[in-house]
Formats: sequence, structure tokens, C-alpha cells
Amino acid sequence: MTKKYHSSYAKKRTFKSTLVEKAVKYFFFLNGMISVLFLLLIFLFLFKEAISAINNIGITEFFKNIEWYPTSENSRYSIIPLILGTLLTAIPATIISSLLGITLGIYLSEIASGKTREIIKPFIEIFAGLPTVVIGFLMLAVGSTYFQELFNTGTRLNALLAAFGLSIILIPTISSLTEDALRAVPNNLRMASYALGINKFAMIKNVVIPAAISGVSAGIILGFGRAIGETMIVLMVSGNAAELTLNILHSVRTITATIAGELGEVAIGSPHYYALFFIGTFLLIITFIINLISELIIERMRKKLNKMN
Amino acid sequence: MVNRFKENIKKKSYSDSIFDNVMISVIRIISFLLIIIFVLILGKIFYEGIEVINWNFLTGIPKSNISKGGIGPAIFGTMAVSIIMLILAVPVGIFSAIYINEFAKDTFWLRLIRASVNSLAGVPSIVIGLFGFGFFVLFIGKSIDNILKTGMLFGQPAIIWASATLAVLVLPTIIVTTTEALNSIPLTFRQASLGLGASKWQTIRYIILPQARSGILTGVILALSRSIGETAPIMFLGCAFFLPNLPLAHLDLSIIQIPIINPADQFMHLAYHIFILATQSSNPTLTAPFQYGTTLVLVLITLLLNLTAIIFRFRFRKIIEVVKRNQ
Repeated sequence: MTKKYHSSYAKKRTFKSTLVEKAVKYFFFLNGMISVLFLLLIFLFLFKEAISAINNIGITEFFKNIEWYPTSENSRYSIIPLILGTLLTAIPATIISSLLGITLGIYLSEIASGKTREIIKPFIEIFAGLPTVVIGFLMLAVGSTYFQELFNTGTRLNALLAAFGLSIILIPTISSLTEDALRAVPNNLRMASYALGINKFAMIKNVVIPAAISGVSAGIILGFGRAIGETMIVLMVSGNAAELTLNILHSVRTITATIAGELGEVAIGSPHYYALFFIGTFLLIITFIINLISELIIERMRKKLNKMN
Repeated sequence: MVNRFKENIKKKSYSDSIFDNVMISVIRIISFLLIIIFVLILGKIFYEGIEVINWNFLTGIPKSNISKGGIGPAIFGTMAVSIIMLILAVPVGIFSAIYINEFAKDTFWLRLIRASVNSLAGVPSIVIGLFGFGFFVLFIGKSIDNILKTGMLFGQPAIIWASATLAVLVLPTIIVTTTEALNSIPLTFRQASLGLGASKWQTIRYIILPQARSGILTGVILALSRSIGETAPIMFLGCAFFLPNLPLAHLDLSIIQIPIINPADQFMHLAYHIFILATQSSNPTLTAPFQYGTTLVLVLITLLLNLTAIIFRFRFRKIIEVVKRNQ
């Protein structure tokens, strides 16, 4: 984009009007810097409290133990069961929603007719905007009973149920990212493969998806990041028992649910309070890295597709 | 020999095309099933919720352990928080977008701002809530109290801090959509305006902003809908379980008193109300209709907002298409 219009006439401007223009520019610049400021503040503030946690509790305490009992007399602050709980809900959710979301994305991009797409796409978009607390409530009120009968689980609320709840919000995200990635594949690739006598599914599988693979995988990674950071659904249906388990049918407790559930009752300035900031900082770093990776992948895909065109 | 070869090819392609058709149908069926599940989820909320919704439910205050009465204060609280959030976030968001798209050259600062907006969009809402609690309530609020000697007026969770935290949360949404809207205005508009001797600020004010209006509105509405649905960050920022009085203050103008939102008050919130009803109800079967009713109200608000945003975006794209075609 060229932004070098006005050069000769600008010089003729009066001193006062250039001053106003400069002031306007700096005003907008300062507004632009507010996002930078808040990102910095978030990092500084969380790091500061996390360091207090390390000073108060000790870094080994977070990883040495295997129990999270912040309120008992002999309080223990291990982040391990919380990490396991987070992964136990986020990984199944990502797998389920990748399989279904990519299928839906392929349907929208390659198979659905223009008219069908025009109806379904806004519907999915609207659905993606549904508050997560609503999904949590429905899983709790309706889903939990069905799933208990279906999978014969011991506890009514468990990691699998939370994973299904998370999938409902991840599927729209992943499917629309997949669709975007597939539609960015140049059409002459499709035409060329048809000309070679290939069938539609084989074309999708062997030509379109490999060309768009980085966009699709970026969608999956973003979905995983969202699953880790999601709070309400896991708070409501994961059961919130901080036990060390790898069984997906057990109650688990995630990092987000721990913060949401305990920050309201914690005494400000106590070790427990700092411990919550520590696990919050941990979550912030992890999601930051995940988002960075997916952004790099999308950037690479954009360059690759630019070359193709 | 040649014939057999031909037959082989035919057979192979025949079985291939069967496999192909089957796989395409599988994709189709899975997609339709997903859509049906989505429809069923919405249908369940509508079917169960519509029974309880009436004027008393929408305006009344909760009574007898929230199994009777209404959700008036929750709707009011949601509106109050959202209005202050919009006042805080929209100008900053739009001005940032104007800087990114109209002023910034491809420099360090532009890249820094873009990267920050993207990163801010990826921060989990609970972390933003944690930040809001620590920074706005305990740091800013307590400092204001110390300076103004107001005791515990600002140094506790309240509407203003919930709004400020939600503003941080939705800022990237507003910036990204506004930047896109501004970016789709053809460059020739700017050139024509500048060529006529208008200054840069005049060009933005009288040419670009009016053209981008529906695109910007899309972003504002999406931000509003997102902030209404967010529960996690406001849970410890002044949301109250039961608060029959509206968070109002009266602005005394000696002749008349004007009721305004009291930003230092606690509030009820629809999303939080659903959470409380679903998890802490002493008698779930008794409060079930109320849960569905409250959920339906929240879902209707967000669905309508999202639908409006989609329509605005559609209209904006149409306008831009026409403009580009006429060039």
C-alpha cells in the first residue's frame, strides 16, 4: 500500500495546520499503544505475583508434590494434577472436534452447494458466539445423565463430559478455519486434478488437503489453545476433583477451573492467593506459545499460497 | 490381452467411484448430523425456556431462593456493565484501528502494535479476569481510595472494574474488525480527498469513517455480544448472587434527581446468574424452568446481536463491492 500521497502541497500548509495534523497523529498513536500497554501490564502483573508465589511457597513445591490442597492445614500446592486435568479434557476435546470440525469444513468448502453454504455458514457463525456458560449448563442439566448411561461412568461429572462440552464450542472454530484454509487453495489445482481423471474424494484427500495442511493444522492448534483456556464448561462439568488420574471417566480439575473456583474465597496476600497467580501465569505462558506457533504456521501457509498463485 | 486390460481399468474405476461416492456421502451425513445437533441444542433451550418468559419474569426481582420472581436486576446489571464497557473500549479500539490502517508505516511500532493485538486476543479470559482483579481492583482501586480517602469505595469488586476488564478482553475484537473495515475502503477515495486539498484528519473524518460505518458497527456489536456471554472474568469482579436493588445512584441536580448507574456498586449478571442457578441451586428440579428461562434470555440476546453483526457485515461488503465495481 502506498501511503506517500501529498508531498508537494503538504509543504504549502500553514504551520498551525501541520501542528494540528501532528497532534492528531500522536493522539491515534497513543491509542494504538494502549493494547501494547495492557499486554505488558498483564505479563508484568502476573509475573510479579508469580514471583511472590515462588518466594512464598517455593518453585519446587509446585512440581514436587502430586496434590493440590491449598486450604488444608498442611497446604500443598502441586500444579501436576491440574496440568493432567487440563490435558485430560483438552486433548480428547481437540481430537473429537478436529475430526468433526475438519469434516464440516470440507463439506462447506468442497461439497456443499453455494446456497446451502450461505445458509449453514451464518448459522455456524452464530452458534460459535453462544456463551460457554450456556453449553456448560446444558451439559450439566441434560448431557450428564445421558452420558452416564451411555458410557456407564462412575461419576456423573467427568473429564469426558467436559471434553464433549468443549467440542461443541471448538467445532465451529475449527470448521470455519478449515474452510478458510481450503478455500484459499487455488482453483486451478482442483481443475488440473479433475482433468487427470481423479475422483472428488481422492482429489480432496490427495490435492486440496495437502495444499491446505498448514492452515488446517493451525486451526487444530488454535482449537487446542482455546480448549486449555476455556473456563466455564470445565468448571461446571469436569467434577473439580484434583486427583492424580489418567482415567478419562474420572472427575478432574483444570487450571482454569481452579482459578475461577478459588479466587473468590481466597484471602488476599496469602500463599494460596499467590499460588493462583502462579498457575495463571503458567496458563498464560502456555497459551501464548500455542498461539505463537499457530500464527507462524498460518504465516508460512500464506507465503506458500502466494507463491502458488 | 488389451481387452482384459481395459476391463481391469473399468473395474478399478468403478469400485473407485463407489468408494468416492461413499466417502462424500459420509462427509455429508456427518455434517448434517452436526447441524442437527446444533439445532437440537438451540431447540431445547427455546422449547424449555419459552414457557417461563413473560413480563414479570423479565422485570421482576428474584424471590424465595430464586425459584420465583424474575431476573430484572440481572438484565439491568448486564446492560449496565456492557454500556460502561462500550464507553471504555469502543473509542480506544476505533482510534487504534485508525492508527494501524491510516497513519502507521511499516515500522517497528506498527509491528509491535499488531503483534500485541493478536497476543491480547489469545489471552484466556480467566487470565484477563485474574489480571482485572489484581490490577484494577487491588492496585488501581486501592490507590484511588488511598488518594481520595474514600475508605473501601473503589478498592473492591464493582461494576466499573468488571467493565474495564471486559473492555481489555474485547479490545482486540474491535481493533481487528475496524482495521478490516478501514482497509477495504479503496485507496482512490483517500487519494481523491487528499487531491482536493483535504487534510489527513479531514479525509478520515469526512470520507473514510462514514464509508466504514457499518463495518465498524459489526465490530462493536460482536464485542458487545462477546462481553455479554463472558462469565469467567467477571466472577470475582463484583458479580453478586442475589441483589434485589438495582445498582443506581442519584445524580442530585437540586431540582430533579437523575438516576445513573453507580459504577462503584455490585451487580447481578445474566451469565453469572445461569452459572449460579445451574451449580448452586438447592433444589434443581424446582429452579429448572428458571434456569432455562434465564438461559433463553441470554441466548436470544447474543443470537440477535450476532445476527445483526452478520447482516451489517453483509451490507458493508455489498457497499464495498458496488464501490469497487463503479471504479
